[in-house]
Amino acid sequence: MGLRRAIVLVALMEVTWSLNVTTVGPKTVSTDASAHPEPAEENTEQKEAATAEEDVMATGELNPNHYPAQRAAKVVQHYLNTRYGSPYKLFGLKQVHSGNAEEVADSGRKYQLEISVHEIISNTQEKCSAEVFFPSGAKQLSPQVQVSACEEILKLDAKSEDEALYQQYKTNKTVRTEERLPDSHGHIDPEMTPFWHLSIVASSFIMLKESTENTLYNVAQVANITQLATENEQLKFDCHVLLHDMVSQEIPQWKLLFTWSPAEGVKVLHTEQLPHIHEREKQAKPN
Amino acid sequence: MQPLKKMSGPRVCLSYSIIMKKLVAFAALLVVVLSKGDFHGHQVFRIVPKDDAQLALVRVLEDILDLELDFWRWVTPVDVRVPSHSLQVVKSYLENHRIKYFTMIKDLQALLDEEQRQMKSVASAGNSDSFDYTNYHTLSEIYSFQDMLVAENPKLVSKMVIGQSYEGRLLNVLKFSTGGSNRPAIWIDTGIHAREWVSPASGIVFAKKIVTEYGTDSALTEILNKMDIFLEMVVNPDGYHFTHTDNRMWRKNRKQNRDSRCVGVDLNRNWNAGFGGHGSSNNPCSEIYRGTRAHSEPEVKSIVNFVKSHGNIKAFISIHSYSQMLLFPYGYTKKPAKDQDELDQVAQKAITDLASLYGTSYRYGSIITTIYQSSGGSIDWTYNQGIKYSYTFELRDTGHFGFILPANQIVPTANETWLALKVIMDHTFKNPY
Repeated sequence: MGLRRAIVLVALMEVTWSLNVTTVGPKTVSTDASAHPEPAEENTEQKEAATAEEDVMATGELNPNHYPAQRAAKVVQHYLNTRYGSPYKLFGLKQVHSGNAEEVADSGRKYQLEISVHEIISNTQEKCSAEVFFPSGAKQLSPQVQVSACEEILKLDAKSEDEALYQQYKTNKTVRTEERLPDSHGHIDPEMTPFWHLSIVASSFIMLKESTENTLYNVAQVANITQLATENEQLKFDCHVLLHDMVSQEIPQWKLLFTWSPAEGVKVLHTEQLPHIHEREKQAKPN
Repeated sequence: MQPLKKMSGPRVCLSYSIIMKKLVAFAALLVVVLSKGDFHGHQVFRIVPKDDAQLALVRVLEDILDLELDFWRWVTPVDVRVPSHSLQVVKSYLENHRIKYFTMIKDLQALLDEEQRQMKSVASAGNSDSFDYTNYHTLSEIYSFQDMLVAENPKLVSKMVIGQSYEGRLLNVLKFSTGGSNRPAIWIDTGIHAREWVSPASGIVFAKKIVTEYGTDSALTEILNKMDIFLEMVVNPDGYHFTHTDNRMWRKNRKQNRDSRCVGVDLNRNWNAGFGGHGSSNNPCSEIYRGTRAHSEPEVKSIVNFVKSHGNIKAFISIHSYSQMLLFPYGYTKKPAKDQDELDQVAQKAITDLASLYGTSYRYGSIITTIYQSSGGSIDWTYNQGIKYSYTFELRDTGHFGFILPANQIVPTANETWLALKVIMDHTFKNPY
């Protein structure tokens, strides 16, 4: 910095002019934009959808194209992503071939599934067998999943890409998003794509935990992701995600704190569900 | 509601839309001049010196060439473009001297890019051949497209207004007809749920396909020689507009619900078919809130009125996203539709043709078995009115992008879906009832 540019650098004062045009939302009309969410309502919408479904749960041989088998299979997708997902390895559910459901006396329902799993980035598929157990009871416990017979797809090598990304962001660069991932038009900067994937993987921990026979979760959008400093080998991130539950059609929002390294995979440190936004639309402003 | 903070100096109206217009106007002035530059990270400050002494201090900056400042306005308020390398220094200088300023443009390049994009889309909307089908459009662009299509094909296409939305927007329906009087008709609607953008985007493509294929595609020509097609591209214009301005994930209409601070009714839970049953909510804050009574919503009522008064609709197809499904009644009850077998067979043929284009695989079946129980849905009502070929599509994808399907998938999605639509239309045509 030249001498001419070295105009006195005093400690930054508060910007006195706080009319931040870029963050003022469009005219908030007369609707009462009270920022107080009603915690009591948070899960009401999803519960209502759930009550409706109880009488239609099938047992025995399932039609693989109908929703009971499909919802259970989706849980397997979330499970696989938590265990094996990375910036360059992401799983999707391709197809359900067959399914079977049975009551497990007093403790829940167990599904046995034959499915095809799809690794999205390499665009490869493999058939897998899986078992999903949904525990019943007042306390909402997360489903338990076991997968077998699809080692190939899980062993798929994304190590070099993961490693390269890891090195870059360990030493050199830092990520902090300004835009949503993807944006309103489905567009995502290629440099940000691995972080979109990473956020989906981290979100899969939540989606897995929250899944029941009456939900079907996907990540709707990543609102933001910020890299934080760490003293250890892990990369650390703070992200805000919008999930979508197909059954209730709600968009639950979560904040997550997680770490990642090629060696350790994704580990979630902290999650927090944000209150249901009714009229505080500014948080979900599109770009 | 947060009050606008009072400022010293002349009062300036800072509602967002006015500012945006001014900013875009600025950018428009500069596009020609600056089009060769790179302004990533450049910001534009509006500086408000409170007296001549402060103004003089600001003017000092002009002389420091290294800062490479570009003054757009030299009198209060002073507008200046600050390159990214000078931001820190200028900010510190202003703050140190307690000179008021704010960042008017946070990233000039982004604004210029947006301006370019807008200009391109407005400029190319001159006719339906240069219209950009590969991008998502605003409500006004869609309405302009409708007028263009009518103007270019006056013998085939006309526009009807079937009602007004809650916020007073027109509910437009395009009628494709080669004549006759109250011919048996096919109804297609898109955009009932605001966030499902690929639905109205596909509706635009369908409209263009109809005018293009009439006279060139024998199946479609035969159909149009004997039947009419009605296409409502944006069933929920208030909601759609809202997804552009405020919340990309909005679903419902924009009805102000009484005694609730939650806005909106799910237009696909408001129909009089199993209304009020399981699979919809009586909570206005729910995404599947059914409304106060069946057909309470003007967007729904207008279609109900249209269908009833027309009296000769033979197929009713409603387009949604996402999930890749082709669904038929019922959603509100497990009781199979009496035409279940036929609907199932037609659906199978439709999704087979759909898959023939890009291999996109769809599931099909009744709503209640395939996706979930839902009450008050449109095609359950139309089916109960006697419209046998009542179908709902859930377009791409299966959750990876979900509602924010990349724009480059609009045309492939619309093209493959069109093949499925033609199967249904053809079957309807060949099986009069």
